Amino acid sequence: MSQHYDYTLAELMINAAAEAWRGDGEILASGIGVIPRLGASLAKLTHTPELLMTDSEAFLVEEPVPLGARGDFEPRYSGYMGFERVFECVWGGRRHVMIGPTQIDRFGQTNLSVIGSYDKPKAAMLGVRGLPGNSINHKSSMLVPNHSPRTFVAGEVDMVSGVGYNPARWGAGMKADFVDLRRIITDLCVMDFGGPEHAVRVISLHPGVSFEQVQAATGFPLLALENLGETRGPGADALAIIRRLDPHNLRAAQIKGNPPANRAEL
Amino acid sequence: MNKEMTLAAVAGRIESGMTIGIGGWGPRRKPMAIVREILRSDVTDLTVVAYGGPEVGMLCAAGKVKKLVFGFVTMDAIPLEPFYRKAREAGTLELMELDEGMLEWGLRAAGMRLPFLPTRCGLATDVLAKNPAIQTIASPYGNGEVLLAMPALNLDVALLHVNDADRWGNTLISGRDAYFDHLFARAATSCFVSCERLQDKFALTAEQAKANLFERYLVSGVVHVPGGAHPTLNHPDYGWDLAHMQAYAAAASEEGGWEGYRARYIAGGEAAYQREAGLPARLSELSHPVF
Repeated sequence: MSQHYDYTLAELMINAAAEAWRGDGEILASGIGVIPRLGASLAKLTHTPELLMTDSEAFLVEEPVPLGARGDFEPRYSGYMGFERVFECVWGGRRHVMIGPTQIDRFGQTNLSVIGSYDKPKAAMLGVRGLPGNSINHKSSMLVPNHSPRTFVAGEVDMVSGVGYNPARWGAGMKADFVDLRRIITDLCVMDFGGPEHAVRVISLHPGVSFEQVQAATGFPLLALENLGETRGPGADALAIIRRLDPHNLRAAQIKGNPPANRAEL
Repeated sequence: MNKEMTLAAVAGRIESGMTIGIGGWGPRRKPMAIVREILRSDVTDLTVVAYGGPEVGMLCAAGKVKKLVFGFVTMDAIPLEPFYRKAREAGTLELMELDEGMLEWGLRAAGMRLPFLPTRCGLATDVLAKNPAIQTIASPYGNGEVLLAMPALNLDVALLHVNDADRWGNTLISGRDAYFDHLFARAATSCFVSCERLQDKFALTAEQAKANLFERYLVSGVVHVPGGAHPTLNHPDYGWDLAHMQAYAAAASEEGGWEGYRARYIAGGEAAYQREAGLPARLSELSHPVF
């Protein structure tokens, strides 16, 4: 019998996302997308209250803002953080962003621009956005809702938008000291860049998932933490916070089929 | 002094082959009425510099764009801009794809009359590899760190939409975020601004005057077009028109979709656009999106 948990896989991933910001202190926590934003909010309301956050528009808040239509909730602001100030913050390095790139490679390089050839791409996405500047200036984490070799590609990503630990990309004299790739939270596991020469390493498996399964869904060889354990899900307090901050249950639409935390139950 | 112009007069100042910067950000406070007037003109071969939204998709669909200088093109609530995608995937655009901060840096350099500004943004990525014109430079200080030398993005024309303006060219951006409009204004030889409300000469309180973000000597002309940012948002005057943007996006997957959109909304002039899009009445129904 596989164990049952009283939360969904998305809620487990939100809890794991929050862990990425643990102990970061007074920096701007930017969670882009539903799971990262709820993760940053949960981190601020539990283990790392020092974090700075915005209303996902232009103002700083000390009370994280619920997602979507807010009913009676009126945001109260503690400061201003328009795009121009976000850029200043990025360049000063006091930020930890979590984004969902289209492709990630073994070096942690990310792609949000195009799939296929650059000149005549198979699919155009958004463009590089802020990935080059974010990744070279401050902490970056990643969220992947569908762990597969299409996301975790075998070679380099098709268009290197965010930097990684690929020595071939770093010319003489370029300063890589501020590159700080942290966690990758997927629907199968949590990974970091803690292997030799920043190799990608699985640090916990979600309930009902094996390392072999993760490896099979990844286009490059993975390392595993010794004594690889199970990803910790949210406790009752964390779950209550998640539900309060996501009253329209947008998290249910983030992972295909909104599966339970333990995939083996399916 | 009176800098008031018509939309047609502004479009008349834009010549084929020019580099035009467009203010706003994605589907936010774009000078759409001016863009529509450009769509009606016969100008072509434009280099467009923008934090791109639907204006980029429309200009691409109409075949106006030779080169795109951009960090992204998106409508936020509709993440992928379908007409930009079509043009991008056809491989017909010349590109200068930039980190968002590099784009800011290029505008700043232009506004300060510098050839470039140094940054780390873009190093060790394909932004550098795919833009052979962008050079690196060794710092003359310390250990000679190699930095990216972001070239000035000098604009022939900047196009902006603001909340309020006067006939002297003074402007107010009272929404939540000014984005980088002030830098577009500084980077351009000529800057044309459309506005929701136009006065003869501002007589503002100190608090109101803080929403004046760049000097009127940068502004060549002002056009009074209430709803001129539609279907993008213009906080606090109106939110974006998601239904309109959805219909526009859906047209991209239809045979002759752009021609249909153009015939219905663009071809008849701005007064016809306002009628077809339900303006101005509809503006009061468009609430600011909640993020």
